[in-house]
Amino acid sequence: MLEVKDLSCRRGDRLLFSGLSFSLPASTLMHVRGRNGSGKTTLLRALCGLLHPDDGDILWRGESIRELSDDYNRDLLYFGHLNGIKADLTGIENLRVAATLDDDRIDDEEIRGALERIGLMGFEDLPTRMLSQGQKKRVALARLMLSRAPLWILDEPFTALDTDAVAQLEALIAAHVADGGSAVLTTHQEVALTRGEIRRLDLGARPGTTTPVGAAAAA
Amino acid sequence: MFQVFLCILKRDLTLALRRRTDVLTTLFFFVIVVSLFPLGVGSERELLRLLGPGVVWVAALLASMLALERLFAADYDDGTLEQLLLAGQPLSLLALAKITAHWLLTGLPLVFIAPLMAMQYALEPVAIGVMMASLAIGTPVLSLLGAIGAALTLGLRGGGILLSLLILPLYIPVLVYGAGAVGVSVIEIADTQPYFYLLGAFLLAGLVLAPPATAAALRISLE
Repeated sequence: MLEVKDLSCRRGDRLLFSGLSFSLPASTLMHVRGRNGSGKTTLLRALCGLLHPDDGDILWRGESIRELSDDYNRDLLYFGHLNGIKADLTGIENLRVAATLDDDRIDDEEIRGALERIGLMGFEDLPTRMLSQGQKKRVALARLMLSRAPLWILDEPFTALDTDAVAQLEALIAAHVADGGSAVLTTHQEVALTRGEIRRLDLGARPGTTTPVGAAAAA
Repeated sequence: MFQVFLCILKRDLTLALRRRTDVLTTLFFFVIVVSLFPLGVGSERELLRLLGPGVVWVAALLASMLALERLFAADYDDGTLEQLLLAGQPLSLLALAKITAHWLLTGLPLVFIAPLMAMQYALEPVAIGVMMASLAIGTPVLSLLGAIGAALTLGLRGGGILLSLLILPLYIPVLVYGAGAVGVSVIEIADTQPYFYLLGAFLLAGLVLAPPATAAALRISLE
């Protein structure tokens, strides 16, 4: 379970949010919303531990993620604005590297299977440089299929995807949450879950103000 | 853990093989810089013999420097560096794998091409052997030290110049003892052993200290 206590982050001189507290139990999806520049990505990067919050604690299973460090990272899958795939490597090679880094023993058959399911059959041996934006994103998203991490943090995972892929990704997230995992995601579209709970977090209602904004509400 | 090291090493080598120009530019840069000096100072053997070790070593420093900027920049740009940081593996180990790949691609070729370069300076076979050995021990130190600078200047505008200003002064000891070893190897009573001991000590210290320092610098740069 992920717990956030009294978190505040600033970017330069601008306070993005402060006094932000919420908890994310297993089998829960947290949908972070907010206008552009309200600090969604900053919050997600702070949750990953890529960014030091100015104040507050982030706890994973009751322990600070700073102290857990690599142990926390092993439980975490982060999908950022950048796809995190190498343009000169093929889809299979990219996923093989990702799997080794996650300590997952996955053979090429499984990787091929994941690529096939995400609709990249026939493209798996091409350098990802030759693929379209959406296809690159699909390669990166195939990692979700192979991952065993209980916590997914996804930053705008739906951009550049076509409707089929969006539906597939939604199903993937739904299955992960139903399976006892938790996920935090930012997106401007509505997400449907068949099972499990969706919480919504709205960041930064008013631009330019420095008052603490950001309330977690269970929906 | 070793598997992760090998995986990143292999990944970086594969990437370099698919983008051969990057590796070749470093090598050609080294060849050209070293070859320009005899053209500039004339063909007097004694003078060239004196200049040789220093020129080859300075060219090696600059060549190693040239490729440093790209060490983490490509991974930074496509987001794979973020993934390395969040991989749940010791970041120093991953950094060491990247440094090793960098050395294999930019340092090791210099070791093997150095004898050819030394011929332009009329160096004796003994001196050429010592030069290869000193480059083999010295260039990994350059990659190790350089990685700290590359990680610190990651994502900065004009990072390349800043990187040279940061790192070149740190290269001085390696240059002094690397070129020094070649210099004394031609004197009969002199012994090159102390030079190699010192270069070896730099290498060991670098292997122990540089990867964690690089890892810490990467975390700062990605924040």
